[in-house]
Amino acid sequence: MALTDLTATEHLADLRAGRVTSAELTRAYLDQIERYDGVVRAFLRVDPAAAMARAEEIDRRRTAGQRLGRLAGLPVAIKDLLCTEGEPTTCASKILENFRPPYDATVIARLKAADAVLIGKTNMDEFAMGGSNENSAFFPTRNPWDPSRIPGGSSGGAAACVAARMAPLSIGTDTGGSIRCPAALCGISGMKPTYGRVSRYGLVAFASSLDQIGPLGHTAEDLTLLLEVLAGHDPADSTSVDLPVPRYTESVRRPLEGLRLGLVREHFGEGLDGQVEAAVREAVRVYESLGAKVCWLSMPHGKYAVAVYYIIAPCEASSNLARYDGVHYGYRTDERQMMAELEAERAALLKSGGEAALKGLDNPLIRMYRRSRAEGFGAEVKRRIMIGTYALSAGYYDAYYKKALKVRRLIRQDFDRAFEQVDLIAGPVTPTPAFKIGEKVDDPLSMYLYDLYTVSTNLAGLGALSIPCGLSSGGLPIGLHLQAPPFEEERLLRGAHMFQQATDWHTRRPGLG
Amino acid sequence: MSISRAEVEKIALLGRLLLTEEELGRMTVQLGDILGYVDQLREVDTEQVEPMAHALDIANVFREDGVRPSLDREQALATAPHRDAECYLVPAVLGEV
Repeated sequence: MALTDLTATEHLADLRAGRVTSAELTRAYLDQIERYDGVVRAFLRVDPAAAMARAEEIDRRRTAGQRLGRLAGLPVAIKDLLCTEGEPTTCASKILENFRPPYDATVIARLKAADAVLIGKTNMDEFAMGGSNENSAFFPTRNPWDPSRIPGGSSGGAAACVAARMAPLSIGTDTGGSIRCPAALCGISGMKPTYGRVSRYGLVAFASSLDQIGPLGHTAEDLTLLLEVLAGHDPADSTSVDLPVPRYTESVRRPLEGLRLGLVREHFGEGLDGQVEAAVREAVRVYESLGAKVCWLSMPHGKYAVAVYYIIAPCEASSNLARYDGVHYGYRTDERQMMAELEAERAALLKSGGEAALKGLDNPLIRMYRRSRAEGFGAEVKRRIMIGTYALSAGYYDAYYKKALKVRRLIRQDFDRAFEQVDLIAGPVTPTPAFKIGEKVDDPLSMYLYDLYTVSTNLAGLGALSIPCGLSSGGLPIGLHLQAPPFEEERLLRGAHMFQQATDWHTRRPGLG
Repeated sequence: MSISRAEVEKIALLGRLLLTEEELGRMTVQLGDILGYVDQLREVDTEQVEPMAHALDIANVFREDGVRPSLDREQALATAPHRDAECYLVPAVLGEV
């Protein structure tokens, strides 16, 4: 068995027992990247020398008997939406291609303090907007199980690098399913913690009331390693919650006694692929065999979740992305060309309509903003800025934004009622296994509908995770979605672990040709 | 719900984007589709429902009003695409083009 076939939990035990060094482990993953990332393209940037230097430093400190952090020597990959001090942080966008933040995100600072080895920054949909990774401004990531297919998104690189054994653990972000969907499509485990559980300081904002950082790995046990380091209050993020962080790594092995598992009738209707449905129903039977009681529920407002999401998320995005102005950081258009363009427009307007026609002409500052943003943002980001700007504009605010916020509350109330009867809600993560690259690029609405089962978790502010529960006849991974009430990450992880004790889907790995 | 090309142009200005003719055409169709889809929210009775702007019911969070270190000028300016020793530089806003 190759070193990179082990789980993060096994790696840590081996590191602590001296059976492997961090340098050996890091080298093994860097070799794997060297060998396979030419096809998968999960990483935007890897600095092998820096990673090796860090690994060797940790090995030296271990040999010297120094006190080490909880992840000491373990390689971890980082989604390129998280600020790393002095290192490029691009959000897979041209507008931030050369941006080097002057500070670390809180989660990065915590990982460094835990002595993890940051192995590289992973590819994603630009600014986390998308579900296929095709919206990266640089290149699409491919699914390690079938390189003609998408890995899911937006944390596509984060999921693909774990599936392809190029990192044992990685950090993603989830605004509407961006950890859970790629985890499902790449056959690994991934968690979106409750909003407020993990500090968002230094996470480049997409939709601030929905964004949350979370872990991806092979097993629920592996997720606990990262979550325990990432979770907790941070004075730098006023929305991070001041609650004690449980010892997830210890509680995860305790199965849930008398588990009441909810299934939502509306999740098993039209649009759900037959093989995905069969795998999810089989997973539910596994839970029943472990003593769980199954209860069918109705969530009448769930069908509005995608509509609510695609108002609220673009509204928040259009405000957040206003900061890309070509002044403080990031890309700025060529000013000489811009002035020549304005001069030509001015001359044409003067000729056709005289002085009066000049009223509509942008001043140079406005034109600089517009050209910088037009050249720096990709098509999906522009689309969402447009939707958000429209929905927030005078005359439409009540009809769209406020209306969506009201239906958001109804969606949350559906969950509150459901969790009076059940402990966890189980269902599909995605309606189908991974689709082909290019299949949905011209149809944004059908891409949005792919988030059908995951967006309501973010709208309601719950925690949820995806774990592998099957393979399609074509050999593509299928994920099981578990959702829990707010701040019940322990319940999610224990529920996932008990499933993984009874099944072996989480041990399947793609062949990588 | 459909949206006119003129409206799309206006929104592009408000959103500080500059769209090509081709993008304007495509955006008009795609925004129309998306707005048509989200229009289904009209059928939900929300008369008595309070808007939910946030996942957590948190009120304002305050910290001690103490002096703490922050980015110095050079660090803040280091990321700017166009600057001098002390300031961000932008195209002229006032006066003739």
